[in-house]
Amino acid sequence: MIFLIIFDKSFPMENKVLLDSELFTITINRLCYQLIENHTSFDQTVLIGVQPRGIYLSERIHQRLSEITGSKNIQHGILDITFHRDDFRRRDELPVASATEIDFVIENKNVILVDDVLYTGRTIRAALDAILAFGRPRGVELLVLIDRKFSRELPVQADYVGTSVDAITGQKVKVKWKAQDGVDEVILYTPSLNIK
Amino acid sequence: MEQKEEQLSTRHLLGIKGLKKSDLELILRTAENFKEIINRPIKKVPSLRDVTVANMFFENSTRTRLSFELAEKRLSADIVNFSASGSSVSKGETLIDTANNILAMKVDIIVMRHSAPGAAVFLAGQLKNYPKSAHAQIINAGDGTHEHPTQALLDAFSIREKLGSLEGKKVVIVGDIMHSRVALSNIFSLQMLGAEVMVCGPTTLIPKYVSSLGLKVEHNLRKALEWCDVANMLRIQLERQSLKYFPTLREYSMQYGLDKKLLDSLSKKIVVMHPGPINRGVEITSDVADSEHSIILDQVENGVAVRMAILYLLAGKS
Repeated sequence: MIFLIIFDKSFPMENKVLLDSELFTITINRLCYQLIENHTSFDQTVLIGVQPRGIYLSERIHQRLSEITGSKNIQHGILDITFHRDDFRRRDELPVASATEIDFVIENKNVILVDDVLYTGRTIRAALDAILAFGRPRGVELLVLIDRKFSRELPVQADYVGTSVDAITGQKVKVKWKAQDGVDEVILYTPSLNIK
Repeated sequence: MEQKEEQLSTRHLLGIKGLKKSDLELILRTAENFKEIINRPIKKVPSLRDVTVANMFFENSTRTRLSFELAEKRLSADIVNFSASGSSVSKGETLIDTANNILAMKVDIIVMRHSAPGAAVFLAGQLKNYPKSAHAQIINAGDGTHEHPTQALLDAFSIREKLGSLEGKKVVIVGDIMHSRVALSNIFSLQMLGAEVMVCGPTTLIPKYVSSLGLKVEHNLRKALEWCDVANMLRIQLERQSLKYFPTLREYSMQYGLDKKLLDSLSKKIVVMHPGPINRGVEITSDVADSEHSIILDQVENGVAVRMAILYLLAGKS
């Protein structure tokens, strides 16, 4: 472990910008218009961001959707999936839970799950499980900013995709947010040397 | 998807003493998540699907036992219940044999209440010597007059919920300090979380060791109540008192019982707690127990959330 950390520092990763801040804004806009195209009205459609980092995207989408449609009543919640994970007791460290805030009824609503990166599909599997504790939605769709292809461990596909990337295991996709990280940006990190 | 990771410093929950402040904070924070879950339409998560818990109650209990059982069920654990009456304990089976036999049936966590102080520590120490039982984790649900850590944690959670924080808050524990495991665990947890603690009761029920714990001691209930933000009224544990510590219950109640008149005459509003079971009319009167000052039923509700957090965090350590 210590060896790896030293290794990481002495051989920095190569970065590639997948979305710069301009493209980032355009992508968010496009995703909003796609949602409007499919749902027309948001009376029966709710947005739910997946903790921890999907909530930034869902907040942004919610804010932009409200601006475009002029509606102030688009419902928006956040969902923590920690207690529904399938790797509990199978890893050394314990993930810390975050808050869940869904203070509206999802029974018979169209739920749009929002997460920043779709990778193995296990988070979304857990989110589908968790959402059922709040009722039976009419349908669930998935919106992600980044779809990492070739890494899926479960049959999960997104309905709305910001951009796709051909990333392999070992590479890392990081979505940065203006409010939290100072800049809107998506970066793909690749280890410059093969650590194996 | 990145998530922060953290865990407890211990495999068992034997007492508050021996835990770190970060452990208490992690448990209280996780309990907040579980409190949200138990207020959902479906109050259940699948985390402990592959965990079996045995509730071993060698001593009577209503709240703690039901609370643990609900916490386990809401985490989807499989559970078995054991109570000393009607078991082979009456045939002379020892604690360690009983535990080993239950563990041989592939049980992962034992929640134990026992009348002997130190029973949980003893069991946790002994199990290491039995390879087939070494994996087991022990949660102390009250051991004699020693500790009752889950009660202290739910008390801390309830005070925090009501007052925002424990830092700098003044808490008085009133009554039978000598025989109360709730008192001892509360003293440790409240001090660790930054609260000031006072004990109040007749001299005969205040043990000598309190001077070594850095506590304030007060024998006048009114003065104690004027000082505090929170009053935790303990039950007189007649079942553990082999001697007479005060002349009559009536006299005790007149000196150390909290009634509405006394509560209303205080210069500030205080929070009243009780770990249950209440002896109405002895340590507090009915109108106080059912008043807006009382958070007794919040304590019970929070008990389930706090125990879920403890079970979840310990199971994650195995």
